[in-house]
Amino acid sequence: MIETMSLGRDFKVRGAVVAAVHDLTFRVEAGEFVGCLGPNGAGKSTTIKMLTGILTPTRGRASVAGLDPARQRKTLARRIGVVFGQRTTLWWDLPLRDSFELVRLLYKVDRSRFTARLAELTEVLDLGPFLRTPVRQLSLGQRMRGDITAALLHDPEVLVLDEPTIGLDVVAKAEVRSFLARLNADRGTTVLLTTHDLGDVERLCRRVLLIDHGRLAFDGSVPELRALVPGQESIEDVVAHLYLSSTPAAPRTPRRTPDADPPTVTA
Amino acid sequence: MADFVLYLRLFQYGFRRHSTYLAAALAGAFTNTVFGVLRAYVLIALWEARPGLAGYTLAEAVTFCFLTQGFIGPMQVFGRGLSFGDRIRSGDIAFDLVRPAPLLLWSLAEDLGRAAYLTIARSLPPSIAGAAMFTMVAPVSPWFVASFVLGIVVSFGWRYLVTLAACWTTDDRGMHTLSSLLTFFFSGMVLPLGLFPGWLRTVAEASPFAAMVQVPADMWLGATPTWSGLGFQLFWAVTLLGLGALLTVAARRKVVVQGG
Repeated sequence: MIETMSLGRDFKVRGAVVAAVHDLTFRVEAGEFVGCLGPNGAGKSTTIKMLTGILTPTRGRASVAGLDPARQRKTLARRIGVVFGQRTTLWWDLPLRDSFELVRLLYKVDRSRFTARLAELTEVLDLGPFLRTPVRQLSLGQRMRGDITAALLHDPEVLVLDEPTIGLDVVAKAEVRSFLARLNADRGTTVLLTTHDLGDVERLCRRVLLIDHGRLAFDGSVPELRALVPGQESIEDVVAHLYLSSTPAAPRTPRRTPDADPPTVTA
Repeated sequence: MADFVLYLRLFQYGFRRHSTYLAAALAGAFTNTVFGVLRAYVLIALWEARPGLAGYTLAEAVTFCFLTQGFIGPMQVFGRGLSFGDRIRSGDIAFDLVRPAPLLLWSLAEDLGRAAYLTIARSLPPSIAGAAMFTMVAPVSPWFVASFVLGIVVSFGWRYLVTLAACWTTDDRGMHTLSSLLTFFFSGMVLPLGLFPGWLRTVAEASPFAAMVQVPADMWLGATPTWSGLGFQLFWAVTLLGLGALLTVAARRKVVVQGG
């Protein structure tokens, strides 16, 4: 369902070329639930952006749902759902319901399918109480549920989420997690998410990709990840150990602050 | 068809988005009216001293004054007004640029909705107040409506370029300040362009800013031939929208391909 071959992406930072992603090769099968871990600046968001067609790769190639994200972005957009935890695709001044209507028109979802799907998502994600509230007045947890709904209105085969639980309280986090687990189990939607929250990984992901310095550092199950660092009790310690002990194969790339996102516009 | 519905919705959204800020619109209308009255007295003094200045009668000059006060809202004479401006700074623009609908048409539909609302909320009050207090002239030709809409489109085309230019500059305030200064001065808002001396008049009258304010006002007054007025506005509308489309491609290249 998702496949990358020696995927790489460079950025120009003050005249110097910096590789955010080096040589990334992995494969995700249909129906999998995969978590992508890595320290800040590891290249997770850059990878997600290449997989969704928002960034064009410098090297290698990617394929999502059988499409080339950079070249077939518009076709791909109708087949995948994308959620960026720190951004919103909803319309700030519009009631949530109207944002969904615009998404419907934008992605050309026919009305009957849209109505049925929205009714279903409204019930599962409990959107009812704030469907008529302007997005600017929603809490972060409500807005995130709105963003997830917007990404799923066209019933995509693949859902890609970049830090979907960032900033959410424990209750909101639990709601989002159980929804994603059900989506994957009941509908067979392939899910790929990046996170810094190891609770997401432990509760949701059957498979973990660890990205470090733009390369794939680990690919396996959560128990296998634990086995890498014997003697550590909590998964947090395991991951911290892995982050600290990682040795870059190439000269260390400068870390971006505050997060993995490359400066999108302001150069 | 689906596209038409999308743009219609965006038009409604632009209208609704601005109608939520009713107090701001009323305050704006009040200010525009008060300044209209002040400007009218200045112009009356001027025209009584020099009748027929710039080819206008006194009543035409007063009409010009209140018409142009009414253009401040719809033509967004003081700049900005486009919702994607903030999204450039936050980086969210990357997602707008990769949407299945082009950002240019998308924002145009929204901006026309904004202008439609501001026409009601900010053009009618000063016009009605002006007509009640002074002698004004009625529109000469129904083509004024087309000219009014084209003026909004030209204004949009200009503001789109200025707003999108922020993709290349870290801070967009300087650009916006310069833009509103140029628009205010060269559009005919300060004085009818016919009063400008020599080459300054030539430059101002050929500028896109004239297409936003001076030309639609002259269409109302019958001071410009219909077809040359509309043709001039159409030229600037097409040119600016064309440049906007090119700049959008460049912005996408910059954000999506170069990533920063």
